[in-house]
Formats: sequence, C-alpha cells, structure tokens
Amino acid sequence: MERIPILKMGPYLLVTIQVDMHDRLAMTLQDDLTERISKTGSRGVLIDISALQMVDSFIGRMFANMAAIARVLDAEIVVVGMQPAVAITLVELGLSLPGIRTALDVERGMAMLGKSLAASTLPTPGDDGSGEGDAGPAE
Amino acid sequence: MPVQRSEVLPIRAEDDVVRVRQGAREFCVAAGFSLVDQTKMVTAASEIARNTLIYGGGGSVTIELHAEGLRHGVRLRFVDTGPGIADLEQALRDGYTSGRGLGLGLGGARRLVNEFQIDSRPGDGTKVSLTRWK
Amino acid sequence: MSAHSDLGITKLVSARQQELLNGWIEAQLQSTNARPDLISRARLEEQSREFLQLFSRALDRNPSGDIRDSAWDDVRAFLEDLSRSRGTSGFSPSQTAAFVFSMKEPIFRAIRDTNGTAPEQQFEQVWKTTELIDRLGLFTTEVFQKGREQVIQRQQQEMLELSTPVVKLWDGVLALPMIGTLDSARTQVVMESLLQRIVETGAEVAIIDITGVPTVDTLVAQHLIKTVTAARLMGADCIISGIRPQIAQTIVHLGVELGDVVTKATLADAFYMALQRRNLTVTRVRR
Repeated sequence: MERIPILKMGPYLLVTIQVDMHDRLAMTLQDDLTERISKTGSRGVLIDISALQMVDSFIGRMFANMAAIARVLDAEIVVVGMQPAVAITLVELGLSLPGIRTALDVERGMAMLGKSLAASTLPTPGDDGSGEGDAGPAE
Repeated sequence: MPVQRSEVLPIRAEDDVVRVRQGAREFCVAAGFSLVDQTKMVTAASEIARNTLIYGGGGSVTIELHAEGLRHGVRLRFVDTGPGIADLEQALRDGYTSGRGLGLGLGGARRLVNEFQIDSRPGDGTKVSLTRWK
Repeated sequence: MSAHSDLGITKLVSARQQELLNGWIEAQLQSTNARPDLISRARLEEQSREFLQLFSRALDRNPSGDIRDSAWDDVRAFLEDLSRSRGTSGFSPSQTAAFVFSMKEPIFRAIRDTNGTAPEQQFEQVWKTTELIDRLGLFTTEVFQKGREQVIQRQQQEMLELSTPVVKLWDGVLALPMIGTLDSARTQVVMESLLQRIVETGAEVAIIDITGVPTVDTLVAQHLIKTVTAARLMGADCIISGIRPQIAQTIVHLGVELGDVVTKATLADAFYMALQRRNLTVTRVRR
C-alpha cells in the first residue's frame, strides 16, 4: 500500500509530503506517525509541506489531530514550509489551526524544536552539578 | 457564456477525489487563474468532491472552461443521487467553527468561490455548482 | 433567418475572386478610412488577397457563416493579427474595421449582377452577407479592445506593485508601508505579495505599517487579520504598526476581533520588537 515515508533525523522525525494525498493516505500517515513517535520516543516531528499545493479541511484537521496526539505522547509537531496560496486558502476556509506550531523551513523548524525541547526536558541526575537525584514520580 | 472545454469525472472512490483536484487545477491553469485563485478553486473542489463521495454515496463532476473575450472562468458541477441534505440552512452555516468532524465543508467552499449554487432535496440527491472567474 | 443555413454566395465568391478583389481594393483606396500614410498599396493588396482567399475557403467549408465555427479559425486568426498590427501602426479601430466592411460593395454588386437569381433570393443573400461581414468587422474591433484591456491590466499591476513595495528592514525583517486609502481589492493583492516575499526572503517577521492610511473599513481590517493569520500558518509573525487613533476607534466600533494580532503604535516600536524576536539588539559604538 502507498505510504508516506517517515525518516529519522537525529533526535527528530521528518515527514516530507510530496504527493497529493487522498483521505486514506492521510489517515495512514496519522497512524504510522503515531506509532513511530511511540516506538522511537522521539520528542520532535517536522512535517514538511513545502511541496503541497493544496491543503483542504480534511488534511488540515489531520494536522491538528496529529499535533494533539503527539502532545499526549510528549512530542511536538512543527509544520514547515506552507505555501502562501495554501495559507491564504486555509484562512479563507476558516481553519487557522491554532494548536499547531509552524516554521518557514526545516532548518528553522529544527531550531524551534531544539529551543522548546531544551526548555521542557527534565534534568537528569548529576546534570546540573547539584546532585538533585532522580526526577521520578512524586512520592 | 460559451463553454470552451468540458470534462466529466466520476467520483466513486477516494482516488477520484485526487483526480478531481487535478482536473480542476488543469482547467484553472488553462483559464489563466493566479496561483492563489487556482488553489482556492481546487480546495473548494476537494471539499465538495469529498461530500459527493462520502455523504452522497458517489456521483460525478463536470468541469467546464468558460471563455468569452477576456473573461475566463471555471465551473464545476457536482451531482450525486444520495440521500440529499435535509436542512440546507444548517449545513451551510456549519463551517468549521463548530470544530467537529462532521462539517459538510459547504460553508468553507462557498467562501472560496465567486458563485455557489446548491440544490438538494431529501431523497433526491444533491447538485452543487462552483464557479470562479478570472 | 437562421444563422445556420447556407448563405448561397460560396460559389460566387470563389468563381469571381479576382474581380471581387479588384473591386474591394479600389473601394478601400477610395474610402475616407484609407491610410496611405500608414500602409503601402502593395501591402494593402497583399492583405486583401490573402483575406479573400481565407474567406472563400472558410465559406467553402462552412457556408453558414458562423464565424465561431472551426472552419473560420484561419479567418479569425488573420483578423486578429491584422487588427493588432494595424492598431500598433496607428490605425483607429474603425479604420481597421473598414478593411472588412468595404468588402460589402463588390460582393453586393456581384450578387446583383448574377443572372438567374430571383429578387427574393438576391435579397436573402445580400442580407446574410451583410450579417456575416458585420460580424467579421466587429470581431476586429473586439480584438482591438482586448489588446487595450491587456495594456490597462498590465499598467494597473505595475502601479500596484510600485505603490506598495515590500522592503527589507533587516535580516529576516520585512516591512510593508501602506499609504493612502485601502480598498478590498488592493489590500488583497498587496497581502498576497507580502506573503510571497516572506517565503522568498525567509523573513520571520513582517511589519505592516498603516501610518499612512487615513481610514480602514471592516473588509480591509478583516483582510489585514487574515494576512496575519496566513503568515502565522507559514511560520512568520506579523506586527501591525501605525494605527491612528481614529482607526483604533473604528476597529473597536466595528467589533473587529483582533485576537492575538500584535499591534504597535509606531513602526519604530514594531522594529524594536522584531529585533528582539530575532535576538538582536542595537548598541552604541564606543569610541
């Protein structure tokens, strides 16, 4: 079956969408990505849509779902490279996708992930020199 | 306005929705639409094609290129013989502000085109016409 | 009088082509629409000969005179070329149309002089021929107008681009200073070009400055907000600066929801904010 490849890029996952997706393909991507995040424990996902000439309501909502699911799995999704025509159309459709982070390109997306993941990563023992010990579940 | 070219595409499976997008894109390019206008039309086509497939049980679309002098336009006429829409008013109002997955996409599609016509009766199927002018 | 029945002049035109050609050329040269200053006699003869041949051939293929039919493609193509080149040379649209209209006289004479046709039939032929030639003459005028409209459109586009340039203030910071009254169409075009520039330059911050805009209506305000939202979807942030007090009042009065669109009073404030967002700062040079 046709699938959109998910690549591992260092600590992150990269999905480059280059085909016009029908609904089934989009749902398959959602399933695949969810599983991959879970399996790899990856905390950052970049979805590159710079080659997409159209994003309709179904695909838009798929991205929103993905971001929400990823968040539950402690990962963050950044959608990069949305084209102006696509952005204008989505806004006209009434979809502003508020829960999704976006960046102009993969490079900036990675920088964004780096910053926010550094801010939210739990310190590991001995890391900060003060010997605070395990940041484990509350007693 | 004279129809310069027309094509009929079936909408019976998910792959067909992709073909409708491509067909619409091709006609919009032929009509000389800007990239933004092409995208709006193709997106609207995708919304209605999906409706035709999922809620209408399948149908078809006729894509037409209208040309008279400098005025160019593309019209898509969707038709299905499905259950029809009981409350059109409601369906047109349910854009995406309702947030749930069942929005029929009609309100959104309407905003993306210059002319929008819908004819739907319970038990009598649905006809939707989308038109954009250059 | 259906447009699809035979005009009845096909044979006449092909059999008496040379005679018609001579008559037609004379008519053109004698006409008040003649422009011997713009076209030589030789060239005129050449054009007339070619057109008459195409005309005759088209009649042969489709004697109904429906000029939109594919049989008349060559004729229309010839007239398009003629109209354009004559327009460029300086002919007025009427003078160009006269090229076609002056064909009537020689053809009508030929119809009148054909033995064996009843008067009613002759009348039919004359009438249908006049309709056909009128259509062709008007066609040249339409082509002329189309050309003018294209020029106007191109000039409008250029004016639009010139009047609202997108400027780079710093690495990754663009500014769009808007001046004058904004209408919905203009705002839309300008916004599209801003978004395009954002992608082209990879700018993460765009400042839309409306200091030079006296009033804003609901539609324009909505376009501005849509632009900011679209830019955000693309991964860039917009700041709207230079909102005059009257505009601020209008926005609130109209109930336009700015949501989380960032606004700054002055372009300077917006620029400062943009620099901050890019982790840049301005320091005084110590001597």
